[in-house]
Amino acid sequence: MSHVIVEDLVKTFRIAEREPGIWGALRGLAQRRFRTVRALDRVSFKLEPGELVGYIGPNGAGKSTTVKVLAGILVPDSGRCEVLGRVPWRERTTNVQQIGVVFGQRTQLWWDLPVGESFDLLRDIYRVPAADYRKKRDELIGLLTLEPLLDVPVRQLSLGQRMRCDLAAALLHSPAILYLDEPTIGLDAISKLAVRDFVRRLNRQEGVTVILTTHDMDDIEALCSRVLVISQGRILSDGSLAGLRAQVTTERRLIVDLVDEADWMEDPDAEVIRRDGRRLYLRFDPERIPAAQLIARLTSRYAIQDLYVENPPIEEIIARLYRGLPA
Amino acid sequence: MRAYRALISARFRMLLQYRAAAIGGIGTQLFFGLAMIMAYEAFYRSSSAAQPMSYRDIVTYVWLGQAFLAMLPWNVDTDLRALIRSGAVAYEMLRPMDLYWAWYCRALALRIAPTLLRAIPVVTLAMLFLGMHLPPTPASAAAWALGMLGSLFLGCAFTMLMNISLLWTISGEGITTLIPALVLVCSGMNIPLPLFPAWAQRILYWLPFRGLIDVPFRLYLGEIPPGEAGPLFLQQMAWTAALILAGRWLLSRGKRRLIVQGG
Amino acid sequence: MRDALYLYGRYISASVRGQMAYKASFIMLTLGHFVITGIEFITIIVLFARFGTLEGWSIAEVSVFYGLVAITFSLSDAAARGFDLFADMIKAGDFDRLLVRPRATALQLAGQELTLRRIGRFTQGLVVFLWGASQLHLAWNAARIALTLAAILGGACLFYGIIVLQATLAFWTTETLEIVNSVTYGGVQTTQYPLAIYRQEFQRFFTYVIPLACTCYFPIVAILGRPDPLGSPEWFRWVSPAVGVLFLVLSLQVWKVGVRHYTSTGS
Repeated sequence: MSHVIVEDLVKTFRIAEREPGIWGALRGLAQRRFRTVRALDRVSFKLEPGELVGYIGPNGAGKSTTVKVLAGILVPDSGRCEVLGRVPWRERTTNVQQIGVVFGQRTQLWWDLPVGESFDLLRDIYRVPAADYRKKRDELIGLLTLEPLLDVPVRQLSLGQRMRCDLAAALLHSPAILYLDEPTIGLDAISKLAVRDFVRRLNRQEGVTVILTTHDMDDIEALCSRVLVISQGRILSDGSLAGLRAQVTTERRLIVDLVDEADWMEDPDAEVIRRDGRRLYLRFDPERIPAAQLIARLTSRYAIQDLYVENPPIEEIIARLYRGLPA
Repeated sequence: MRAYRALISARFRMLLQYRAAAIGGIGTQLFFGLAMIMAYEAFYRSSSAAQPMSYRDIVTYVWLGQAFLAMLPWNVDTDLRALIRSGAVAYEMLRPMDLYWAWYCRALALRIAPTLLRAIPVVTLAMLFLGMHLPPTPASAAAWALGMLGSLFLGCAFTMLMNISLLWTISGEGITTLIPALVLVCSGMNIPLPLFPAWAQRILYWLPFRGLIDVPFRLYLGEIPPGEAGPLFLQQMAWTAALILAGRWLLSRGKRRLIVQGG
Repeated sequence: MRDALYLYGRYISASVRGQMAYKASFIMLTLGHFVITGIEFITIIVLFARFGTLEGWSIAEVSVFYGLVAITFSLSDAAARGFDLFADMIKAGDFDRLLVRPRATALQLAGQELTLRRIGRFTQGLVVFLWGASQLHLAWNAARIALTLAAILGGACLFYGIIVLQATLAFWTTETLEIVNSVTYGGVQTTQYPLAIYRQEFQRFFTYVIPLACTCYFPIVAILGRPDPLGSPEWFRWVSPAVGVLFLVLSLQVWKVGVRHYTSTGS
């Protein structure tokens, strides 16, 4: 049974418009104007148990709206949605008992309480049996090195510490599905790695299905075998990362370090897109000229110290996808 | 100066945008006013003795109070409080300007917008339907206007004391609850001062609080004839000056404390 | 139900512990609250000193009204803080956090905070009430005590229900609806005097629209053991606090409607 089934989800919002200035404000006293926004425009996808899926898109694309529908806290206008066999918004409490949510920018812990007490409160809220709770709690504390933080009030934690605590908090009741909303935002490099390692382990060893919404492409490359791209309420791409690349463009990058800064480089099959002192960034299509052939040609004609072949940065791939540029 | 004009107009806009709140707020004042007037009505009915203020005057007095409620130094500036709590006030103190006057002008600006926004509808409705009457003579009206101006400056001096006291966390909480309490009782807001027992009136007439409500409102009613306004204005100004001096002194001590403590 | 009560208890103990962390500030704030709310009684003293009587009600009798209303309101004011702050929560988008938990949102909001410093108003009300009762030499038999407690409970439920309704409005508009303050604080201001002294429109409003009379007037008349100028039947005065409880039950139903609206339209 698929863990998550989403079919033709549609959701529109009405947003009130505010007019600027004092006269606009006075007019606003009398009447209001609205505009409609299509947040979800026939979104469809399926998630199998144990998948780790990246869900990316520009701001306002519909990512959080999708997650809210899956969590059962938003009712769509039309379409079908099932999470673990249930319609989320019809059975909110039962559905929510099986899922964990981490909001990157907001904590779900109690601000003035020590972390350990927040955990205990969550145990009571989720009605976790005492023995299960202790085992799970100790396991999570160990994995995320939370031991020194248990007596610290949440307001005194650094962002990285808080995120680790929020991760643990979301898993105390052993949910089958985890929604991570921007979990690495604002974190330092070490914390990011810690979060990624934890999520990877959670997914591989415990089989927790994970949906990860993020703007950080490194998260995607590190964790996700499957990527869903959404923009303006529509799914633009659903598949592996390699497939996403191929969908946008087959081009690859060649980075060349010249021996002499004054040298220039030209080639009929490669385009120089940027120059940084002695380093040149070139773009070429391997379907027109195989990489090996291009490299051979360039090294025979120019004094090259070093070179690398790369895929275009994923941000650029995504940006092109959003803009709808052809391959 | 331009900054404060911008502040006032921004405040206006913000208050207008929350239209339901604006209307609701007026509704609340009307409700409170009616409740108070009815209570007075019942009291006046219960006694046939002559009273220092007529019932008719009491009604106008109550509506004046509801209309100009925003003039009272009732609350601290929440933005300033947040500024002090976060420690960002240190930046303000480093700027090359007179901090007291900057905050004082800000207090003036923040008092004018909500007052006008509340007062105009409440006074209009009260005069049309709810028994409020105009001042008996133009001279009384003029005296009232001057009295309100004095009350504005006096009220802001009080607000400054409360704001500055926030620099000391614990005693700050104390001052910011004590001053509003004293203001409510001693200014004449809750009950007109002439209704207090004679011995209490003697004390209250010397305190600074009467300059906030008692003086301007009773000038409006003609209860204090405009000819007698002079010494009362002087009293307002004297207390305002004293409170400003106290505030400045307190602020300099607070600054030193903050700098020494490192915020 | 037991499960919900247990969770509520856990919530409250967490809230109390959080507040106790700031002891000195708490004492200051409580004293301040005591003083600010106590000012109303100074007004009453001054007015009685001047007029002697309020339409046949003595200052001791009015003290009983004033005290019980203060006690009642302070209890709900302390317990309903979560709903009080709900408008801010919706604005900040934090309500989703509650929806993502497998518990009723009302229960979670109820448990959010028990504002201890409201004990300032409570104490002040209690002092005034006891003074008034002692002046009147009221005989405290079981029936009277039971009715007093029922009036307090019913009144607290009623005020709580009003605050829940005010919070529910935040689902439809992001503006703070000050007008509801006219019912809570205005209600306290009004019922501190016996409702009988007011004009008919006010009496009717507080009997049929917001039934404060059922918890803050009729039972108190029965407690005082005196005839009712409004002419209510004796048995009704003993039963009327139940209206407060009913009001709370109804407001919680309205709350559910609000939650449903939120989930279908988003924030």
